[in-house]
Amino acid sequence: MQYLISVIDDNAGLATSDEMEAIDAFNERLQADGHWVFAGGRGSPETATVIDNRGEEPIVTDGPFVESKEHMAGFWIIEAPDLDVALRLATDGSRACNRKVEVRPFLTE
Amino acid sequence: MTLPDVRDAIARVHREEWARVVAALARRFADLDVAEEAAAEAFATAVERWPSQGVPPNPGGWLTTAATRRAIDRLRRERKRDGKQKEAQALYDHAPSAIGAIDDDRLRLIFTCCHPALAMESRVALTLRMLGGLTVAEIARAFLVREAAMGQRITRAKAKIKAARIPYRVPSADELPARVSGVLAVLYLVFNEGYLASNPDTDALRPDLTAEAIRLTRLLRTLLPDDGEVAGLLALMLLTEARGAARVSAGGELVPLAEQDRSLWDAALIAEGHRLVRKRLSATDAPGRYQILAAINAVHTSAARFGETDWWQIVALYDRLLRLDPSPIVALNRAIAVAELDRPQVALAEVERLEKPLASYHAYHATRAHLLRRLSRRLESRAAYDAAIRLAGNSAEAAHLTRRRDELD
Repeated sequence: MQYLISVIDDNAGLATSDEMEAIDAFNERLQADGHWVFAGGRGSPETATVIDNRGEEPIVTDGPFVESKEHMAGFWIIEAPDLDVALRLATDGSRACNRKVEVRPFLTE
Repeated sequence: MTLPDVRDAIARVHREEWARVVAALARRFADLDVAEEAAAEAFATAVERWPSQGVPPNPGGWLTTAATRRAIDRLRRERKRDGKQKEAQALYDHAPSAIGAIDDDRLRLIFTCCHPALAMESRVALTLRMLGGLTVAEIARAFLVREAAMGQRITRAKAKIKAARIPYRVPSADELPARVSGVLAVLYLVFNEGYLASNPDTDALRPDLTAEAIRLTRLLRTLLPDDGEVAGLLALMLLTEARGAARVSAGGELVPLAEQDRSLWDAALIAEGHRLVRKRLSATDAPGRYQILAAINAVHTSAARFGETDWWQIVALYDRLLRLDPSPIVALNRAIAVAELDRPQVALAEVERLEKPLASYHAYHATRAHLLRRLSRRLESRAAYDAAIRLAGNSAEAAHLTRRRDELD
């Protein structure tokens, strides 16, 4: 089953070189152990664009969809048989990127 | 068997077998919803049939069979679940448990209900429902929550277990200490809620909750017979419960340890608690938090009179506890013991160092009030009692503090 591990950032900025090293090592482990599905760091909130095409005309807005102190800076998508495994990996991930993370299962249906 | 006899038998069977039946179904179907519903229906059928048919020779077996049949029926009706059923089964860990843990479905169930990914209040509710067999209404009443809200809490917890795939397993050896600690925290919370309810309008003592906490801790002890902290928590609960009869006066006021009529203490519970503490004293691994707290209670319950309490031992035990758990509340309790070594001035200084973290804790102000009174600083004592009364959670406690304050005049 797949889980999304979201990295929660509150304006700590981009990862330091030490953090990048730890993240790389963590990513290698995920790949070696068969848990890796996908991962990436997101551009900062200012780089975002919101589109609302629910009405007559699409509305394009500059900036993130919600202004908040905390935002998702990046994420891992992992494959894990159960939550215990996912939490163990996320624990290491939180340490590696030096930030809080949220673990959420993907819907299976 | 007469009808009341059958009813008693059914009540006894419910207490003894509920957890086993639910756990067996959880193992078979890896679904707490299915397990709970099927178990409840099986017990309902027993209530209907046993008065006329008689109690079967193997009640647990009868109930498990009846519940399994119902569960299969339900799953057949929801045929689209077949695929999910196999997925769910994969979450059930049939591997033998870690060393020292007995291979029992109930153990898997306890660890699942007390999983760290669930909020504490959800763990408590789920444990009381799935293992304790309390009804949603009973659990709601115990924690002064509306029945519908409590039902939702349990439903959401079960949904999270399913959606996030919390597995049904006994944790591996390296995870076990932390996970056992989590289970003990749940059981201790239930016990404390029963021993001194946090809501002002409930009775100070709720024997049904303390009894349930003790029962579940005893169960945990049979499943983890070598775990020192489990034994420690059981001892702590027994030694605390032993004093229950002496704790609340006829007028509904809390009676402090110094004033309790020790002839009302339960000698059998104290003996059992002491046995457990003595056993742990000879163990080689360092005692954890609950074992030390149990030892402190053992010292208290070894004294025939308050004045004969071995306060030196108690202070020494609190010193050990502080090394494990350097929290302000432990420091406060140590200071109270220090005061009893006839050093109220020293104790007051130690207590007042804890002002910042404990400013909103009623026991901090009550302790200060008591020490100031011993030092004849009446005005300050009165102010401290006022602060304590304002913060006291339970009316029996507030009544006691009010009387002590009024005695100052």
